[in-house]
Amino acid sequence: MTRAFDPSDYPIGEKRLDLVATPTGRPVSDLTAPAFAEGRVGRADIGITAEGLRRQAEVARAAGRARLADNFERGAELVAVPDDVLIATYELLRPGRARDRAELEAAAAELRRAYGAERIAWLIEDAAEVYERRGLFRRRF
Amino acid sequence: MTKHPNRWRRYDVWDERGIAQDRFAALDPEYGFAALRSPYDPAPSLVIEAGRVVLLDGVAEPDFDMIDTFIARHHIDVAVAPEAMATGSAEFARMMVDVNVPRSNLVRLATGMTPAKLAEVAALLNVAELTFAQAKLRARRTPGNQAHVTNAKDDPLQMAADAATAALYGFDELETTVRVARNARTNALALTVGAAVAREGVLVQCSVEEAEELRLGLAGLTSYTETMSVYGTERTFIDGDDTPWSKAFLTAAYTSRGLKARSTSGSGAELLMAFHEKRSTLYLEARCLCVQRAMGVQGTQNGGIDGAPITASIPGGVRAMLAENVLAALLDLECASGNDTRHSASDIRVGAKIAPTLAAGTDLICSGFGSIADYDNSFGASSFNAEEIEDFLALQRDFLADGGLAHVDHDVVVAARRRALDAIAAVLEELGLARVDDAMTASVVHAHGSAETSTFSLGQVAAMNEAMAARGIGLAEVIGALARRGFAIEAERLAAFARQRAAGDYLQTAAVIRDGRVLSAVNDPNDYAGPGTGHVPSPARQAALARMRETWTRERVLDGEARLAEAEARRMRLAPKGIAAKGDDGREVVVALGPGFGTRLHRTTGDVALSEVLRALVEGIEEAGGLARVVRVRHTADTSFIGLTGARLAGSGVGIGVQGKGTCVIHRADLAPHTNLELFPQAPLITARHYRAIGANAARYALGERPEPVRIAPYTGALNARHHVATALLYALEAELVEADALPQDLEVDFHDPRV
Repeated sequence: MTRAFDPSDYPIGEKRLDLVATPTGRPVSDLTAPAFAEGRVGRADIGITAEGLRRQAEVARAAGRARLADNFERGAELVAVPDDVLIATYELLRPGRARDRAELEAAAAELRRAYGAERIAWLIEDAAEVYERRGLFRRRF
Repeated sequence: MTKHPNRWRRYDVWDERGIAQDRFAALDPEYGFAALRSPYDPAPSLVIEAGRVVLLDGVAEPDFDMIDTFIARHHIDVAVAPEAMATGSAEFARMMVDVNVPRSNLVRLATGMTPAKLAEVAALLNVAELTFAQAKLRARRTPGNQAHVTNAKDDPLQMAADAATAALYGFDELETTVRVARNARTNALALTVGAAVAREGVLVQCSVEEAEELRLGLAGLTSYTETMSVYGTERTFIDGDDTPWSKAFLTAAYTSRGLKARSTSGSGAELLMAFHEKRSTLYLEARCLCVQRAMGVQGTQNGGIDGAPITASIPGGVRAMLAENVLAALLDLECASGNDTRHSASDIRVGAKIAPTLAAGTDLICSGFGSIADYDNSFGASSFNAEEIEDFLALQRDFLADGGLAHVDHDVVVAARRRALDAIAAVLEELGLARVDDAMTASVVHAHGSAETSTFSLGQVAAMNEAMAARGIGLAEVIGALARRGFAIEAERLAAFARQRAAGDYLQTAAVIRDGRVLSAVNDPNDYAGPGTGHVPSPARQAALARMRETWTRERVLDGEARLAEAEARRMRLAPKGIAAKGDDGREVVVALGPGFGTRLHRTTGDVALSEVLRALVEGIEEAGGLARVVRVRHTADTSFIGLTGARLAGSGVGIGVQGKGTCVIHRADLAPHTNLELFPQAPLITARHYRAIGANAARYALGERPEPVRIAPYTGALNARHHVATALLYALEAELVEADALPQDLEVDFHDPRV
């Protein structure tokens, strides 16, 4: 029976590698140079999982860094979001890209629906309200 | 002739100096030229109603701009704020420099402070106080440093060699960018491979457009980013094409791809971008830093950055930049403390600006030390470039302050550069991206910069990038290629990094990876609490900090003299004849030699062989009509006493004293020891011609004439910096020969002309 994770297990890569998995669900110890050379592991095996980021959020919170922890939790929600959606959402949040508040709120709703990205949705909804009040839907190009 | 006949000519001299290229702006808050404080800065104020900020620095909630709103909602900790805002600014400033107030107390209160409050506090600290506060407040105990690694050709071969070089010197992070936007992938690839040749876990970054940077990160070719610019006014933020929310989203996006994320701010940006709202640069930067903490980004690069030259043009500007770094640390952010864009053409200003930062230590002393030739820096020349690495090493050594770097032996660097070139060539070939011939790598291995290399054209590099993008080549393919081509160590270092990516420990505040181990504010928190605490370099690290390319030792000086001894023995023989008595010929001048002259020491610090010195003195005496007698003084090694001893033995009462290192005096028997007729204290400047003239003058004094003193042109540089090490060691060798009661001996001198 493996011991549950505790923030004092940081650095996790040193102390609790047993808890860490690759994005494909393999044990991280599979990531060796020969395994890459022989093609037993590949690009899909490199990266951090949502669970991995939530563990780092726990570490940050325990160290008194609540805002950083919030960011790790937002990041965890974005792990499953494809690159093009990430980039399109970022683009939409830039000034003058969205036409109105509704367009941002729709993007938030879709991220919430498709990826369960609750915290990200809050962030976008927060932005939508402020952008409207500050006139940030003005076209820039 | 001067261009300005009626101007004080010192201005002509000043015009030639670097400082004359710097421009100094008048203090003018109306137009944004105020660094520490502007009359238009708001007074700190905060009103909280029902857990909600309704007034921030004089602005009521309905009038909040987007920055006020973001700070009010996401930065201000309403539980702490009443206590924090009630603490007087002067009181809090004193707490910052009170060794008995721990960092954690200050960091806690800062989460309840408004930007105006933070700026007001920081402006109270002078440079000495800021230095102390920085030592106490930085997040990570162990200081580090970050390098720029770029080249003018986006050449992946040179990039790999330079990355290995930078990593060997100790940089924890390597940052590159591109000359041609398409070349990001090969630059990142080369940086990754080169760094792995030197060390495990060096973090790498390629600063490009956000979408491309996300893709590079996802491919595993980069591991951190710091391009998320934040601004202190709403209009500037919008012109920067972002908002606090878009940047917060981007931070989360980078985090989701496993990239350590850092924001960029730094004073002067709003001033350069015209929307400064008449506020001081420090107040605007305080707003930036509150936004960054609220975004949840782990750190910042600030302290001027691209705005450093304009901020430095304002009175107090350099102090304000130090204050920015301190505020970042106070807000518990990792701080890469500027010192990248060169703020001045004066080397003195550049060295002085970094001194407090180096003395205090920050998480990353430079947010871009140009580790490459200044002309290869695609970000523009840094405060410190490859040309100035030894200057930086000397500053570390002078202070015994750890700036993250250490000297590396020449052959170690060259070997690493060669291996980096072999490794990148193997990867490019193995992945079918390019053929690399030996002439290409040979042109890079010893090169200082890209002007000396002949490798790929920009077009060829662009083609490699297209192939990498099309085939999705990333870290996995690079590890495989290295392993298959026999670069097992490098492949394993990168595989270890792939495991670090899964764990994500380096995403925490102020994380770097040293020898495969993550060090961050979590497991290496700064615990500075006064003398003897915090980061104290270990004896091994102190020894590393003390190393320079060349150091002098007594053994080295002795070896040098031993090598000369043989040649000098062929040119001159000095044989003691017995105890010297006072002469009775009125024309006689005694040349009194120090105990080391021609025995242990054989050349002056001015590089004149002692046989030549003595011959010139004797010939000078004789040509002016004197008679020369040479004696050896054994009871003292002091020039004045040697000279006076000689004078008292001379029939004329005039003597010349000369030490083994060449220092020389003309003395007279009736003078007090430390007066003299002529003294030549700076041996490095005395030539054989001078010694001959000294001999002649001594004879003229002996004959009752009043000669013009021998004039040696003054030297304006750091003469003693160059010579004093050898001088001290040589003088010690001579002083060791002193026998307290030994009487002067007459010497028989034979010169053998080596040309015969």
